[in-house]
Amino acid sequence: MTAQQPPRLLKGIPLAVRKLRKAFGSREVLKAIDLHIPAGQFVAVVGRSGCGKSTLLRLLAGLDKASSGELLAGAAPLSEAIEDTRLMFQEARLLPWKKIIDNVGLGLKGNWRPKALEALEAVGLAERANEWPAALSGGQKQRVALARALIHQPRLLLLDEPLGALDALTRIEMQQLIENLWQKHGFTVLLVTHDVSEAVAIADRVILIEDGEIGLDLIVDLPRPRARGSHRLAALEAQVLNRVLSLPGSPPEPEPVSPLPTQLRWAQ
Amino acid sequence: MNLEKLSHRVAPWVLPVLLLAVWQLSVSAGWLSTRILPAPSAVIEAGVSLVRSGEIWTHLAISGWRAGLGFVIGGSIGLALGFITGLSTWGERLLDSSVQMIRNVPHLALIPLVILWFGIDETAKIFLVALGTLFPIYLNTYHGIRNVDPALVEMARSYGLSGFSLFRQVILPGALPSILVGVRFALGFMWLTLIVAETISASSGIGYLAMNAREFLQTDVVVLAIVMYAVLGKLADLAARGLERVWLRWHPAYQVNKGGAA
Repeated sequence: MTAQQPPRLLKGIPLAVRKLRKAFGSREVLKAIDLHIPAGQFVAVVGRSGCGKSTLLRLLAGLDKASSGELLAGAAPLSEAIEDTRLMFQEARLLPWKKIIDNVGLGLKGNWRPKALEALEAVGLAERANEWPAALSGGQKQRVALARALIHQPRLLLLDEPLGALDALTRIEMQQLIENLWQKHGFTVLLVTHDVSEAVAIADRVILIEDGEIGLDLIVDLPRPRARGSHRLAALEAQVLNRVLSLPGSPPEPEPVSPLPTQLRWAQ
Repeated sequence: MNLEKLSHRVAPWVLPVLLLAVWQLSVSAGWLSTRILPAPSAVIEAGVSLVRSGEIWTHLAISGWRAGLGFVIGGSIGLALGFITGLSTWGERLLDSSVQMIRNVPHLALIPLVILWFGIDETAKIFLVALGTLFPIYLNTYHGIRNVDPALVEMARSYGLSGFSLFRQVILPGALPSILVGVRFALGFMWLTLIVAETISASSGIGYLAMNAREFLQTDVVVLAIVMYAVLGKLADLAARGLERVWLRWHPAYQVNKGGAA
């Protein structure tokens, strides 16, 4: 990359996925996924449960091996950028026997404590540094997990439904935190979520995976900060949801309005 | 409020103290022959005279030495075997079923054989104690390692931990609660084995003290020896609990000082 590019683009990894296929036994979870993600883009991956979105993330994180296909970071294989890739799991997965600050510094060498404190500061938990993880709430644990991922200064951040188990308010807080940190550091983000409204609210681009293929690739071209509940977000959300809901089996619109009036009359 | 606290403190001691009083009373009133059971006061007197003569310390020291050395040897072997079978599939395939087979032999049944092998000197007793403490620690170490949350191991690997650092930071602490349960079981077996071994053949130690006193119908010393075993067992258990409190202080179940989440 050249020096003329804005700093944001220098930070993220441009990601290319070519003909990615993953099968567990005879069950094909991902079939021929082709995807190109520019550096620094915030991508949300949505889909029904079992559609293969988490599998895609695990392949990108190097936790599983693809059956065939290529994963590229720029021109090089993604596996060479494994040190620049960090995954946040659905559960916080903190080590309960390490103090919070030691959890953040996991796998680091040298004098990492000031950096770990800084990372905790960024997620607003610096004053809890010397407590055990058992003393934290679910949302706080996820914030520690986020600090643990960020201290490695990842260029690709993979988020596997990390907000799935949080209550609605904590979720929104966490979304804003992730968005702010992303804007500050400019890494590439892939967020797997089952919450379509979350996806359109936070991401630059929403990708829908259906039956192991990309069913919809939608650019969310709205300025930030985005007003929650705005009608443009709602319209985008509806577009994705309609696609998700109309898909399985049955024809999309069987005899639209005609039976309705009679039904109403019978109901009265 | 304070009175209530006091009564909570005192309540557990009411029954033992009452029993002791009844015991003392029935001996001094002559309902209970001292041949069957000496008065508590007589037991205390026997203890005091043994402390005065200094005899008790030599016996305590030798019994403690046998128990400690046997425990260290058996515990280390159990721990090592547990690590091998817990950490490697090949180790498990090669070793586990053999260890499980030997485990099912009651180790006290080996006493005649052990006497034939080692005679009746120290080696025999230490060998028996080691054998008694090996299996509880082996089993719980193996079980503890197998039950370390694979999600945590996966996370640690993805953060670049592997080999010894993975073992030290994730697997060992994860297995530690189970290992310490094994230690507590092993401590129980340690005293049990030692009592049996010392009672059968010894020329020193608490068991010897008791058997020797039996020859001379000194029931007070016999009871004193029993009480000493009980106290030693309790002390060992307290030590193990202390270890749990230090090593497992991260565990919500062991955070005694902080109320709340438990």
